[in-house]
Amino acid sequence: MTVAHAWLAVIILTGAAASLARADDLRSPESFSAIGDQADRSRSLFVEAGRVLQHPRCLNCHPAGGRPSQGEDQHPHTPLVVRGLDDKGATALPCVTCHQAENFAPSGVPGRPLWQMAPREMAWQGKSLAQICEQIKDRRRNGAKTLTQIHEHLAHDTLVGWAWAPGGNREPAPGTQAQLGALIAAWIETGAACPIR
Amino acid sequence: MSITLNVNGTRREFHGDPDTPLLWVIREELGLTGTKYGCGIAQCGACTVHVDSVPLRSCSAPVAAMTGRAIITIEGLASRVAKAVQRAWVDLDVVQCGYCQSGQIMSAVALLEKKLKVSDEDIDHALAGNICRCATYQRIRAAIHLASERLASKEGA
Repeated sequence: MTVAHAWLAVIILTGAAASLARADDLRSPESFSAIGDQADRSRSLFVEAGRVLQHPRCLNCHPAGGRPSQGEDQHPHTPLVVRGLDDKGATALPCVTCHQAENFAPSGVPGRPLWQMAPREMAWQGKSLAQICEQIKDRRRNGAKTLTQIHEHLAHDTLVGWAWAPGGNREPAPGTQAQLGALIAAWIETGAACPIR
Repeated sequence: MSITLNVNGTRREFHGDPDTPLLWVIREELGLTGTKYGCGIAQCGACTVHVDSVPLRSCSAPVAAMTGRAIITIEGLASRVAKAVQRAWVDLDVVQCGYCQSGQIMSAVALLEKKLKVSDEDIDHALAGNICRCATYQRIRAAIHLASERLASKEGA
């Protein structure tokens, strides 16, 4: 390999590493300040937050049907489990049969307190980010939550927080829960505008 | 680290790594080998026990999380429902090789203790995580229905 080739390889690898780092991060609310129109800024903030909301760590437990999915490819959960009457699994096969309070490395099974699926009306799989946004704001479909409570849920809920500490070889959601919280707070402050369908 | 356990109503002490899967404490330390190792990744159900009356895959729970909780293994099943399930299992000759059956029975008992009158769908959903390589699923389902009927008619053991 010539010196020129070596430098080219360094440049390519450095660029790839920088690209990966950007992919893992979330932009800060301040980085959207150049967008003059408030509604446009609000929409852009939500699109950035949507990188988390539409990540497999979130979508897998916000399924459209009665079964959660798993993995980066969102394949059906194995073994077969169903949401049951309370979104916590079937009678005698609740989520906590396998999912304990913490990730368990020896078996690779993820865990967090209050492990459960999102209610059916909060299904996100198969929906556009605009549809998810409208759904999040709709108190008939969000558990009657105010926007303040939505922020609290996304910024501080412990089960949501698992998305950034999923254990095993599962890919964490982008950024951090605090960064998501900051984006959602800024989205609400700017009018909670939804992306245009 | 010393951990106090309540297994089948008896106080037991475990000295060792708190991250040890409960399964290995039950089998290797306490000698209760009715609970089986199948896959080690919560996919087969052979290691099912009850913890505070809820079925739990003992391969996927650290022993440290069991402090203050009531663990029941296949050896400790003694309720009216459990006896009815065991009797139905024998009467219908459910078992083939038998390796998975303690897990199957633990899940079946958990189901009937929560819901006495069950449909095929209830059974399928409750035992979906219990794999039987001999494919005794039809007999398992029939035995659960039989136990349910006997319990409902007060014929249960």
